[in-house]
Amino acid sequence: MIKLFKNLGKKEIILAIISFILIIAQVWLELKMPDYMSEITVLVQTEGSQMSEILENGAYMMACAFGSLISAVIVGYLASNISATFSMKVRKKLFDKVENLAMNEVKEFSTSSLITRTTNDITQIQMLIAMGLQLMIKAPITAIWAITKILNKSWQWSAITGVGIVILMGVIVALMIIVIPRFKIVQKLIDKINGVTRENLTGIRVVRAFNAEQYQQNKFEKVNDDLTRMQLFNQKAFSLLSPTMYLVMHFLTLSIYFVGAFLIRDAGFMDKIGIFGNMVVFSSYSMQVIMSFLMLAMIFMMLPRAQVSADRINEVLETEISIKDGKIDKDITDERGTVEFKNVCFKYPDADEYLLKDISFKANKGETVAFIGSTGSGKSTLINLVPRFYDATEGEVLVDGVNVKDYTQEFLHNKLGYVSQKAVIFNETVKNNVAYGENGKGEITEDDIKKAIEVAQGKEFIEKMENSYDTEMAQGGTNVSGGQKQRISIARAIARNPEIYIFDDSFSALDYKTDSILRKELKKYTKDATTLIVAQRIGTIMNADKIIVLDEGKIAGQGTHKELLKNCDVYEQIALSQLSKEELENG
Amino acid sequence: MANPIMRGPRRGPMGRGPGEKAKDFKGATRRLFGELKDFRILIIISLILAAIGAILSIIAPNKLSEMTDVISQGLFMEMDIDRIKRIALYLASLYIASAIFTLIQSILMTDVSNRFAKQLRTRISKKINNLPLRYFDKHSTGDILSRVTNDVDTIAQTMNQSLGTLVTSITLFSGAVIMMFYTNWIMAFTAIGASLLGFIFMFLILGRSQKYFVARQEELGNLNGHIEEIYSGLNVVKVYNGKKEADRKFDEFNKRVYEANRKSQFLSGLMQPIMGFIGNFGYVAVCIVGALLTMNNVISFGVIVAFIIYVRLFTNPLSQIAQAMTSLQSTAAASERVFEFLDEREMTNQDRVTKRLDKSKVKGKIEFKNIVFQYDNNDKPTIKNFSAVAKPGQKIAIVGPTGAGKTTLVNLLMKFYELDSGEIKIDGVSTSELTRENIHELFTMVLQDTWLFEGTVKENIIYNSSNVTDEKVKEVCKIVGLDHFIRTLPKGYDTKISENDSVSAGQRQLLTIARGMIQNAPFLILDEATSNVDTRTEELVQKAMDKLTEGKTSFIIAHRLSTIKNADLILVIGNGNIVEQGNHEELMEKNGVYAELYNSQFEL
Repeated sequence: MIKLFKNLGKKEIILAIISFILIIAQVWLELKMPDYMSEITVLVQTEGSQMSEILENGAYMMACAFGSLISAVIVGYLASNISATFSMKVRKKLFDKVENLAMNEVKEFSTSSLITRTTNDITQIQMLIAMGLQLMIKAPITAIWAITKILNKSWQWSAITGVGIVILMGVIVALMIIVIPRFKIVQKLIDKINGVTRENLTGIRVVRAFNAEQYQQNKFEKVNDDLTRMQLFNQKAFSLLSPTMYLVMHFLTLSIYFVGAFLIRDAGFMDKIGIFGNMVVFSSYSMQVIMSFLMLAMIFMMLPRAQVSADRINEVLETEISIKDGKIDKDITDERGTVEFKNVCFKYPDADEYLLKDISFKANKGETVAFIGSTGSGKSTLINLVPRFYDATEGEVLVDGVNVKDYTQEFLHNKLGYVSQKAVIFNETVKNNVAYGENGKGEITEDDIKKAIEVAQGKEFIEKMENSYDTEMAQGGTNVSGGQKQRISIARAIARNPEIYIFDDSFSALDYKTDSILRKELKKYTKDATTLIVAQRIGTIMNADKIIVLDEGKIAGQGTHKELLKNCDVYEQIALSQLSKEELENG
Repeated sequence: MANPIMRGPRRGPMGRGPGEKAKDFKGATRRLFGELKDFRILIIISLILAAIGAILSIIAPNKLSEMTDVISQGLFMEMDIDRIKRIALYLASLYIASAIFTLIQSILMTDVSNRFAKQLRTRISKKINNLPLRYFDKHSTGDILSRVTNDVDTIAQTMNQSLGTLVTSITLFSGAVIMMFYTNWIMAFTAIGASLLGFIFMFLILGRSQKYFVARQEELGNLNGHIEEIYSGLNVVKVYNGKKEADRKFDEFNKRVYEANRKSQFLSGLMQPIMGFIGNFGYVAVCIVGALLTMNNVISFGVIVAFIIYVRLFTNPLSQIAQAMTSLQSTAAASERVFEFLDEREMTNQDRVTKRLDKSKVKGKIEFKNIVFQYDNNDKPTIKNFSAVAKPGQKIAIVGPTGAGKTTLVNLLMKFYELDSGEIKIDGVSTSELTRENIHELFTMVLQDTWLFEGTVKENIIYNSSNVTDEKVKEVCKIVGLDHFIRTLPKGYDTKISENDSVSAGQRQLLTIARGMIQNAPFLILDEATSNVDTRTEELVQKAMDKLTEGKTSFIIAHRLSTIKNADLILVIGNGNIVEQGNHEELMEKNGVYAELYNSQFEL
């Protein structure tokens, strides 16, 4: 947590120091009030006091109260500034970091976890700063100061206050020890009840097809029972807290007055009034002490949660960025549109096993190179080395004859048109989705966009939509079908007019017919561009200039469809699982 | 796998921020209390206890002031220790009684609210099973899930807190006012006047801050949405050099959140100090007026002490009432959503169904007669006047592009949806004359989304079937080629299957096939798509599927050409309707949609 606080700027630290001083002033003013209170008490008790004196003391007390209000308002203003600035800065830092993470790092954290870290976890800490900062400073100061004020008044009263604090803290600590571990269990049970319900919902057709409604219901009831029992225990335990708190506070006042009666009785006549005044003051101070201890307890209950959030944020911030930018930002060779792998090996930093081993091939300008293989054969990983989502562990990946690590990422990416397996749609118009990003060649014109969409076979359905090219896409593109999303994201790559296309299994969402027309049109439109395709269907890649068959991270065969059918078992197996013998030969 | 979009904070009409309001507060509250009728007596007892507890703590200050008076009398004459002892004892028992009442009350309320919550959860879960599938087409899993957990939780918690607090606070408040006037009306006016001034001020601020809270929630939603979008499309953002644009947007949203945060937090932070000031202001006012009155011998000093406590008793409940009202608002909003779900129309009643087909005696003929079906949100029917006959033991292949409505046919066969017109006959009996359970019994269904639940391998295979021996499970697994794999698992057939572990997609598919085999029904519905399965497993899966279809009338959502070509009947679905039917040769001859689809495989 402290590590995270280093993100506070100079200005915030100065503001924090000012708040600190103001809080001290506030405490001083608040603790001053009982003095005037006792003055007033004594004055009221003493025969023949002047009304003006009472008013004067009253005015002082009001001044104190008002002063403390003002300082509290200023502190509140500063604290909200500090916490808002802090969360803004940390959020920005986190966002920047995530943007630069390599793909394996993103996978390790998981996207959804990164999202909660950037949103909820930061909000969590911000809350702690906004509320905690004041309380954390104020509570101990108040407690200590108030204790010193009353300590020399009467040991009996001090002892009573001490006992009150001990009882209260005892109850709180006991509750925390009993309940906090159970809170974690409750969290797990809630996850479980969510899990059972989700299971029922996602498999609703299966559940019904098997007439298993009662089976699911029984499962649900069991978790429901457990959850309710645990919740009941926790909440019942917690209902002890409030009555205990009031009981302690009431008994404290009562005891102080009760003991006070004896003290006054035994005191000399001159001291009696003084002790009486002290009694009133003491009871109010002791209340302050108890309240500050309660505040401290509250903070201690908040701290663990915030600590977890802070750790999660730090974990991301401390991740070293493994992909470093190169320096080359212009073409230095005459080669265009070539991709070459030279003995490339790849494994995740902590893994023992290589995902890719000894991969070498070259794609020349205008060629289509396809990659096929079973899941886990490494074909997606291979293609992801070109845009540097990962870096090769050994060997070199060359684009236009230059190692990709030597380019600036921006320059490298300007050469590429990449389409992912799962279409990515932004919450913008169709037009802006297609013209997304920068390509280093200037603005993408409206004509480019329309042409790209036409090539990607999206013209028909987009022009049918209400606002045509200006239709707003919902977040995640939920207002169009999977195949339509994929066509928009393919159009995005086309509009960029890149030297090299990378299709990471981008055609699976399309039906056979659209798939085949799209590829035909694309080939016509991009005669000079080099294309790398990862595919599942043999039909998609049959006519590629070169097919690379991967098996367990190694190249199992390389050549054209016909060649591979003859001399590559793995390829033949894949092909036969999808098409019959005659069909293959006819094709 | 959970969709990251669903996990994130939700926005729009479903966004749940603090201080959220119900559409119809009165209606929702009335409904809520109606639903609580089983607990009515407990709630009333608990509320009475709360009121008594509150009354006791109002009487106390009066006694305390009496004690102070006795002590201050002791300043000038002999201290009446006996009387002090009596009062102290009386006070102590008062405090203890009050604490016990409060404790019992809050335990009772906890009990009620949790049992109520449990009841609600059970009802929601049961409801899920009684809703027509149409409902789930329109509502996301995340939405229903959040009703089971978040909304029910909100109801339980806020009800627990707000009801007790409301009663206690109102009793305290009115009690304090009565006691103040009873004790001394001048002082009462002073105390109330002083506090009221502060409260007016506070409500002014609160009213203004409301809009900043709303703004904050909205801006935070925008920012989170942007973060979600960028994180989940990070690869595209990178390659398209969209980082600058993403940063620009992020900074803009971040700045706006900052502004909203700053303002809303500042204003909400004001509450506490102002409350404190009101308390102090009331205190001084009471002291000064009290002192004046004491000096003029209108009241005793003890009255001041009592009023010091009354001021506190009076100001605290006011803010608590305000808090309880806002949390009651959330209760109403949450219960509105829960009851809305519980009130959804259920599937048609089947009490009048009399016929029943015996699984073991069914021959296996299915007849579609002029069936018409239209989804609620479509403007034209998905299936229009479709007729076909499947003879016992035939294989029927359903082909067509994704999203064309292949699953619709399956849904109709399984009676997941009701037909708009026409009928489906099984062995000559119309499905409208059979219960859904009966129809489900007759069909084995193996779908593409390989649904497994958290449980052991064995549990997943046996699922709901009864009287299945371990030998039978093993036998089936041997047939589908799973036995070897299962035995390599750490605990064999008793290994737990959880979300992300060593069971691959293909093996999951095999498990669902085994489950279907155990069920052994005369009809089969099979979704063949096995994308993302490696070649070797795919072969296994196909073999297993072929075994599954043996001797059954099967409907296959076909992807393999061999299946399609060998099918007795091919139903070609395109443009949301069944466009062609016949076998491979017939359809090729027709040279229509099917032929085109078939030929497109070989083109580039």
